[in-house]
Amino acid sequence: MPVIRVQTAVESLSDGTRVEALCTDPGVLNDIPAWCRVNGHKLIETRSEAGEYIVVVEVDHGSSNEPAG
Amino acid sequence: MTRQPKAAALISGGLDSLLAAKVVQEQGVHVEGLNFYTGFCVEGHTHAIRKKDRKKEKRNNALWVAEQLGIKLHIIDIVEEYKDVVLNPKHGYGANLNPCLDCKIFMVGKALEWIKAKEFDFIITGEVMGQRPMSQRKETLPVVAGESGAEDLLLRPLCAKNLPETRAEREGWVEREALYDFSGRSRKPQMALAAKFGFEDYAQPAGGCCFLTDAQYSVKLADLWRARGSRQYEMDDIMLLKVGRHLRPADHFKLIISREEGEGNFLRGYRSRFPHLTTVSHPGPLALIDGEPTASDIELAARLVARYSQGRNADQVVLEFTDREGHQRELKVNPLQPHEIPREWVI
Ligand code: SF4
Repeated sequence: MPVIRVQTAVESLSDGTRVEALCTDPGVLNDIPAWCRVNGHKLIETRSEAGEYIVVVEVDHGSSNEPAG
Repeated sequence: MTRQPKAAALISGGLDSLLAAKVVQEQGVHVEGLNFYTGFCVEGHTHAIRKKDRKKEKRNNALWVAEQLGIKLHIIDIVEEYKDVVLNPKHGYGANLNPCLDCKIFMVGKALEWIKAKEFDFIITGEVMGQRPMSQRKETLPVVAGESGAEDLLLRPLCAKNLPETRAEREGWVEREALYDFSGRSRKPQMALAAKFGFEDYAQPAGGCCFLTDAQYSVKLADLWRARGSRQYEMDDIMLLKVGRHLRPADHFKLIISREEGEGNFLRGYRSRFPHLTTVSHPGPLALIDGEPTASDIELAARLVARYSQGRNADQVVLEFTDREGHQRELKVNPLQPHEIPREWVI
C-alpha cells in the first residue's frame, strides 16, 4: 500500500528531506495527506498526470524526533 | 511526578476502536494507534478506484480515526505473516473466508511485540462482548487475550466491566468505574457514547473490517485456490480480486476485465506483469489474463473482451494482445453473444 511505502521511506530520512510517491491508486490523494496530518509531516504537493498520482511529502519527525512505524 | 501511562490502541477505522481509544485517552493515558495492513483491508485502497464511487468522500478510516483523536497512527504491514492466518486458521473460518478469531489473536500478539519494543504499558481494543458471532463472544474474548500472550495487558474499555480486572485497572492507569459494560449486538450504546464525545460521520462497516467477510470476494479467492490446485496467494492476486469482472473459461486462465475507467487505470498498473487485451476499433475495457493461455484461449478471451466493449453488436472488433514480454499483435474477432458465455465462467 502506497502510504506504508511512504511511511517506511520517511522512517529513515531526516527532517527536511522530500519524498515523491508515484502511484496508480487514486486513494493516495486522500490517504497520504491524512497520514501527513496525523504524523506531523508536511504535504508539499499532490497532482495527477496521465493516470498516475504524485504526492510529495517533506519529512518532519517533530520535536519528539520519534519516527513513525 | 508519576510517568504518564502509554497504551497502543488497535485502530480498524470503525466506531468501536475509535470509542475505546477515546475512553482511555480521556483518563489521561498517552495513546498511539496501530493499524495492521493484511492486504485484505477495505481501507486505503479500492474505495477510490471506481469512478462511480468517487462522489462519496473517500478516506482511510483508520487515519480519520487517528485524526479525530489527535494520535499518531502506525500502519504495520503484516501481509506475509498474515498468510498463515488466512490459510491455516486454528479456530476455523466465519461465514466466509474470514478467520476472525485467529486474526484477532494474531493482531493482539503483534501489538504485544510492539508495546514491548516501544515500552508502552498496555493494549486497547474496541471489542464488545457478544458483538460479533465469531471473535467477540464471551468464551472467545479470553482466548484472544490468552493465545496472543497479552493476557491482562489487554484492556477492552467498552466491555471491561463485564470482564476480570486487567493490569491497567489494577495499576491505576485507568479507573475501572470510568469504563463500560457494553454487550450484545445492539449498536445503540456505542452510538450514544459517540454522541457524548461529539463524534459524527464515523464508519460503521456492516460485516467486518476486511474483504474476507465479503461473500463474493471469498468465492473469488476460493476459485483462485481451486484453479491453481494450491491454497496460496500473492499480493497481486488479492489486490486484483477486489477489482473488475472476473471470468474463468478454464482452470488454467481467467480474465480480469475493467468495468469502468477508474478500474481500467488501476489495472493498467499491472500490464507489465500480465498478458493483456485492449480494444482498438471500439472503446472498451482493459483485460488482464491471469494464467497460461494458449493461442485459442487468447482468441476466446478477445471475443469475450469484445463482448464487454462498445463493439458488442458489431460483426468484428479489433483488439491488441500484449504478451508478458511486451510483444504485441492484432486480433480481429467476432464478439461473443450473451448465450455463448456460460454462467459458471462468471466468478
Ligand atoms: S473482519 Fe477481517 S480483519 Fe476483521 S477480525 Fe475478521 S478477519 Fe480480521
